[in-house]
Formats: sequence, structure tokens, C-alpha cells
Amino acid sequence: MSDTSSTRDLLLRIEDLKVHFGGKSWMPGKVSKVVHAVDGVSFEVERGKTFGIVGESGSGKTTTALATVRLAPVTEGRVFLDDLEVSALKGEALRLARKRFQIIFQDPFSSLNPRIRAGQTVREPLDLMEVGAESEREGLVQELFAQVGLRPEQRALFPHQFSGGQRQRIGLARAIATRPELVVCDEPVSALDVAIQAQILNLMRRLQDELGLTYLFISHDLGVVQYICDEIAVMYLGQIVEQADRVSLFVRPQHPYTKALLSAVPSARPGKRAANQAQRIRLEGDPPSPINLPKGCRFAGRCPLAEARCHETPPELKVIETGHKVACHLV
Amino acid sequence: MSGHQTDRPLLQVSNLCVEFRTRDGIARVLDEVSLELQPGQTLGIVGESGCGKSMTALSIMRLIPSPPGQITAGEVRLAGEDLLRFDEQRMRDIRGKDISMIFQEPMTSLNPVFTVGDQIAESLRLHEGLSDKEAAARAVKMLKAVGIPEPQARAREYPHQLSGGMRQRVMIAIALACGPKVIIADEPTTALDVTVQAQIFDLLRDLKERTSTAIILITHDMGAIAEMTDRVTVMYAGRVVEEGPVEAILDAPKHPYTQGLIACVPQLDPNPTAERPPLEEIPGVVPALTRLGKGCAFAPRCKYAFERCDQEAPRRVSVDADHRAACWLLEEGTSA
Amino acid sequence: MFRRNYAAMFGLFLLVLLVLVTLIGPLVYSVDPFEIVWAPLTPPGEEATAPLGTDYLGRDILAGLIHGGVATLAVGLAAALITVVIGLTVGALAGFYLGIVDDILMRVTEFFQVLPALMFAMVLVTLFSSSLVVVAIAIGLVSWPPTARLARAEFLRIRNLEYVSAARSVGAKNTRIIWQVILPNALPPLIVSATLTIGTAILFEAGLSFLGLSDPNTYSWGYMIGSGRDNILDAWWAVTLPGGMIFVTVLAVSLIGDGLNDAFNPKLRER
Repeated sequence: MSDTSSTRDLLLRIEDLKVHFGGKSWMPGKVSKVVHAVDGVSFEVERGKTFGIVGESGSGKTTTALATVRLAPVTEGRVFLDDLEVSALKGEALRLARKRFQIIFQDPFSSLNPRIRAGQTVREPLDLMEVGAESEREGLVQELFAQVGLRPEQRALFPHQFSGGQRQRIGLARAIATRPELVVCDEPVSALDVAIQAQILNLMRRLQDELGLTYLFISHDLGVVQYICDEIAVMYLGQIVEQADRVSLFVRPQHPYTKALLSAVPSARPGKRAANQAQRIRLEGDPPSPINLPKGCRFAGRCPLAEARCHETPPELKVIETGHKVACHLV
Repeated sequence: MSGHQTDRPLLQVSNLCVEFRTRDGIARVLDEVSLELQPGQTLGIVGESGCGKSMTALSIMRLIPSPPGQITAGEVRLAGEDLLRFDEQRMRDIRGKDISMIFQEPMTSLNPVFTVGDQIAESLRLHEGLSDKEAAARAVKMLKAVGIPEPQARAREYPHQLSGGMRQRVMIAIALACGPKVIIADEPTTALDVTVQAQIFDLLRDLKERTSTAIILITHDMGAIAEMTDRVTVMYAGRVVEEGPVEAILDAPKHPYTQGLIACVPQLDPNPTAERPPLEEIPGVVPALTRLGKGCAFAPRCKYAFERCDQEAPRRVSVDADHRAACWLLEEGTSA
Repeated sequence: MFRRNYAAMFGLFLLVLLVLVTLIGPLVYSVDPFEIVWAPLTPPGEEATAPLGTDYLGRDILAGLIHGGVATLAVGLAAALITVVIGLTVGALAGFYLGIVDDILMRVTEFFQVLPALMFAMVLVTLFSSSLVVVAIAIGLVSWPPTARLARAEFLRIRNLEYVSAARSVGAKNTRIIWQVILPNALPPLIVSATLTIGTAILFEAGLSFLGLSDPNTYSWGYMIGSGRDNILDAWWAVTLPGGMIFVTVLAVSLIGDGLNDAFNPKLRER
């Protein structure tokens, strides 16, 4: 997994992405508070690899995912897919470019239009993006259904006639219909039953191998992230606090938040249980709101190791070894 | 906890059957479910959704919507008395006082138009007959007990003013207010972040030790099972397929469903290797309860299934002292 | 599905019957409703010339019921149509685009909502003419704000669902998202409200007629109720019979609305 080729073939580059909600209105005097959902995030994703973003609610991981595929407004910063500046696209150019990047959503129940048959849902991107000749599209839909493990006759069914796992398969088929290069996966298995999660994760890995897909994988489940991702960024309150390849991050976590997060996960591994509880780093309280951000390190308020400077100046994301970055004054 | 075996259990559910009338026929949502809970013990109930975990909890509380649901057989004994024979009036006294529940979504289980202090006091006034003033004072004490900072001020706040973790603490305070013998926690941390989940687990463990309340923890997460429980009951399609001490269930599961449930979840590994073999899958989905055959309900998804599994439902057999599973493989002697 | 819904089929049957009566009835029973045919306030069943009795001027109630239907139904349907078209468009655009579009459209909606409806309709009718067309437009203009609010609320809810993002992600344009993705899912409450609007519009027309502001040259059920109200204690039939016709019409339309709603819902569609 950790190939040492000098030139990395980067598919996705995100530079200093900021997504802020609220703020000024067109009407004078009607100013709402600004929510700093994503506040200066940069990362790169290698073609054919899976880049994971983990974090708790309010960390901005989902907003980052949505902004990447232009489903959330980009306040500042740039998003590149190859040489295409996705963040600068508008109107028809943006619509057509969507062929190259797709998204899978978390909730298999709200992500499919209840009034449209499964076959039509998968066919829609082909029609809208004019993929293939019209006469071939029904065949393509059949192929897609087979690829995600659904039977062709299920095309005629409505979403409510499928189980959660099957619905997520339909969502996958829709996402890969236009043969995109990048698929953003926003918590694709967290709404599924445990036994179904494995089916979808295995399917996603098979599709990645078959189609050479690149995934941007958002999750709060560290076990899942560890299983499916090649490189992982940990987000806290709109910023990346640590980023590394999967082995380094889990073996040598550096940021106190990463350590706390890893140690908070209850483990069902034999022999690990008592040790896990004993060594747990316990965090107090909840994350502060992304409206009134602290001026120093955003984690300082909950950090067991915080010093005076942590509350004063925000730390930079520094490279501490090849491919391992941390934003902490103490590292 | 095995030392308690000879004592009379605090809560004993035996051969509980619940049926639901549906458009597709009668669904047997609980089929001869039995479980035991000793004082101060934590029992985990684990399984996929639709396996009857929550239904078991609701049946114990006698909160099954009826119609269409009906308890058709079995006993639920709390300290020796069968709750199923109580009238509704008596049952109302039990709920919230002797047995209380914590739900998954603290936002929707708290009433948004009352302050959290009022909601805790409500149950105290109802069950303990405290005056308004006493109840309010006790409510503040309860908030303090569940680790809420500035309880005085918090008691006057409304649910939406609190974070998810705080709301779940309030739920726990309400559940604990009358000093129940049993708390049923139905996926209490599923809606919470892991760091907050760890706090809630610490709190529950701590309260259990201080008050020797018994807990039934309903979850789909084997990690939570490992973290919290002493004993585990694994349910599938309304039936108990395996039960035993937590170590035995996690380290040496006997039923193929339990094995699959543990293996299919990518567990966080502190020392991951570069290799990543495909995850173990349990193929298919939970069957519709109206269309269960006469055989083992898990047989269609089981990789070890053989002829007998489709024809006869297996009984629970002991595989070890205190550890039982319902699988034909165990009786045939060809352990899975 | 629709045909298997007996209530809806019954509604359709009623409506077809009403339409037949109002369209073909005048050809069969050609008594002029304005003509005085017998002694005033004759109860039903007493006189063969006016089988359902007469009103305070001695006009034939049966003729009124038959001839008054066209105007009533036409005004009701037209006003409901105007209400839905304006309400849906305003609500959809406000709920979808939000921001400045929403602010402006909602201020306009509020403006129309705070106007006293009857007064405003009266002003319109007085300013222009009291022809049926103007009456229908006036009713439509004062009735759309609730529909707009409902449509906006539905659009607000649905626009945040993931399948809308999914549609955008696979290349759907705004117009497609509004009319082909969100609208079909927003329809159920709108259909119900539209059928209720037909009822309100018919009653509104009755109100205007009562005030003598509707088209004086057309006979409508509302006009009958209005003119009979003074004698309601002496001649219940002059008010109750046209009232019953309005009731049956509104009932029929509501049943059909419910049936349409179910028919559009794939979850209720049997395979």
C-alpha cells in the first residue's frame, strides 16, 4: 500500500477550503452568526486510493465532502480534480463536470426519490449526462445492477420495496453510472445494520479495484476507516488536526485528540477489553460550537495536556515525518 | 457473576412469546425468549435491527402497542412477581419506579416545552409523592449525580439548550430518579460521538456500582457489549440464539450468527498491517417474521447450514456451564 | 389503484353526476330560474309546477339548483386553479431559492394575507365588473397565500433531503429539480389543500352573491343561499337545498383529492 514512487498521481487537490454559513444578509440590519463549518482545510488524494476523513459531529467532515462535489458553497479556497478547478466552475460547465465526481449519501432512505423506480434512478445520470446512445442505456443500467449485486428485474421496484443495504447498492449504482473518477462517500455504511455494513464495504472495495475509483471516505467509525482507507485525516471543529497513512496514524498517533478518539473506541477484540478501559484518555465535555471559536488551538478547551500557549495561538499543521502531519504545539 | 446462579434472579423472563398481526399474517416477533438478570449485573442484548431486541424491552415494560401486538405466552418475573398478571394501574407504578428506560434519541424522548428539571421532578412527584419543592431539589441532585456541571442552572434549561451528551445524561437522571431496580438502555449511545459515548459508559458503570442497579443494554455494537456487559444474549429473528458470559460470547462464540456478527465488523486494530483481507459477510438480510419456516431462522444465511437446519428449529443446548446456544452443529458434535 | 379506492370512485361518481345535471339538466328542465312560477315560499312536494318549492319571490328552486350549478362549479374550479398556480409557483420559488427571492416573495405573500379577503375581493369586483371571470380571479387572488406557505414549507423540507442533492449531483438542472424532483413529492398536502380550496371558493362566491356583488345575470347556488337567508326559518328548503348541493360538490372533490393522493403514492401502490 505504501508505494514509494516519487511522483504521486494526484487526482484531488484541496487548497485552504473554507465553508462558512450565515453572516450578512441582503437586507440591512439582518445579520446572523457565522458558522465556520470548514475552516482552512487542505489535502491531496492519490488516484485509485481511498482518503478518509474522521471526526465527530460538528467537525466539518461532511461539509468538506459536500463542498468537494459542490453541493455545499465554497466560501474560500480551491478544489482541483486533476487540472480542472472544480471550485471555479459555474452553471452548465459545473453540471457537465459532475460526470467526473459523484457522491454516495449516508441515509439510504432519504437518498432515493421515493416516487421513482430503481431502474430510473440509476438511468437518470446516463440520460442527463448523455452517456452512451439512448438505445444502449437500458443495457447499461442492467450492467450496473449486476455490478452492485442487484437482480435486473428489480429495476421496476420502488425504493421502499428494498432493504437498507439494497438501497445503498442502488445509490452506488447511481454514483458509478457516469464512470466517475472520484466518488465521495459520506458515511455510506453508518445507517446500515452491522451485518450489512460488511457487504457494502466489500462491494465498495471490489468496485474500486474493477473501476479504478478514487474514494473520499467520510466516517465517524474508526474501525471502518481503518479498514477501507489508505490515508486518513482527523478533523476537529472545521480543521485537520492530524493526517497520515493508515498504519502510521493508528500505530503512532501524535495529536492528543487523535489519541483520545482512538482510545474511546470500545474494542471487542479478545484480551483487549480491560486494557482498553484502563488506558482510556477521557475527554471532558463536548466540542465548542463552530460559531464562537476559541482563538488558540480549537481543542485546547478539552485537551488534557493544554498549556498557556495552546489557548493563545493556533498551531500550524506541520509535517513530522513523511506523510504524517500534526497540528499541535506539543509535538 | 456466575456465583449468583443459585440466587433468585432480579428479573426473569421465561419463554416470552409476542405476536403481531400484520397484513401478511401473524408475525411472531418474540419466540420463547428467556433471560435472567441478577442484581448489579449488566446484560447485553445484541442483534441486527428487527431481531426483537427492542421488542423484548417493550414487552418487559408491557409497552407493546396492542393491537396489533399481543403477549401470547411466557412470564416476566420481577423479584418473583409476574408482571404480565398485573393490571395497568399497577404496571404504571412499576414503570419509571422499579424499571425505567433510556432511549436512543435523547432529543425526541425529552419533552421540548418543559425544563429538564421539571421533567426529572415529574417522575418523583408521580412515584414518590414528593412536593414540588422537594422534587425540584432532588432533580438538581440527580443532575449533579449524572455529572452535569452547574446543575442548579441546568435544571432551569430546556432540552434544546443542551448538547446531545448532556441530554442523554438528563435521560439517565430521569431513569434513575426513583432508584429503579432495573434500567433498560435501548441503544443509549448510538446517536452520540465516541468520546461522549465513553463518558456515558463511564457514568453508567459508575452508577451501577454505586446503586447496584441492574442494567439491560440493548445494542448492535459488539464493542459496547465488550465494554459494558457481564452477560450477553444474542437474538435473531425474535429468538435467543446464544447466551453466556461476555468473555465466552466474544472469544469463543458457538452460534454461526454470533460468529458472523463479530467477524463482519471491522474492529479497530491498534497495530494494523498493510494487508486487508475482505471482511467476513453474513449474506442476505433478516427474514420477514411472517415467513419463517419451521427450521432454524438463520439457516438461509448460514454457511454451515445442512438439511436438518431447514426442517427443525434447534433447541438451546449447554455448551459450557452458563453458556448456551441453539444450533444443530452443536448437537451433531461437528462444532463450527 | 385509483379505481380500487371505493371512496374516490364514489367521489368521481358524484362529481360526474353533478356535472351531468348542470350541463344536461337545463336542456331537460328548461324553466328559467329567475322566473316567478308560483306563490312565494311554497314548500317542496306541494305543487307540481315547483316540485322542490319556491323561494321568497316564488322562483322555482329545482330550476335554480339545475341552472345555478354551472356558474358555481366554474367559479369554484377556476378560482382553485388560480390559487394553486399562484400559490405553488410563489411557494416553490421561495422555498427552493431562499435568500432574497424568499424574502421578497414572502413579504408579498404576507401583504396578500393581511388584506381582509372579502373586502379586497369586493373592491376588485366593484372596480372592474361583476362578471364571473372577475369574480373567479378575485377569489383566486385572495386565496393563494395559504397554498404558497404550504408549498414553501414542503419545498423547504424536501430540498434538504439527500435525493435532491443526488439529483443535482447526477446533473439535474434547477428547473428539473423544482418541477420533476421536489414537486411530485410535495404534492400530497397540496392536492388536499387544492380540493379544499375548491370548496372555499364556492363558498366565497356564495358570499359575494349574498352581498349582491357576483354576476347579477347568472344564477348560482351561492346566490340562492344568499337570497334565501332572510327567510331561513320560514323556508328552510330555499337555503338547505343549494347548501346541500355545495356540500356534495365539496365532498366529491375531497374524496377525489384523497384518491389521487393515494394513487400518486408508490408506497400504497400494490404490485
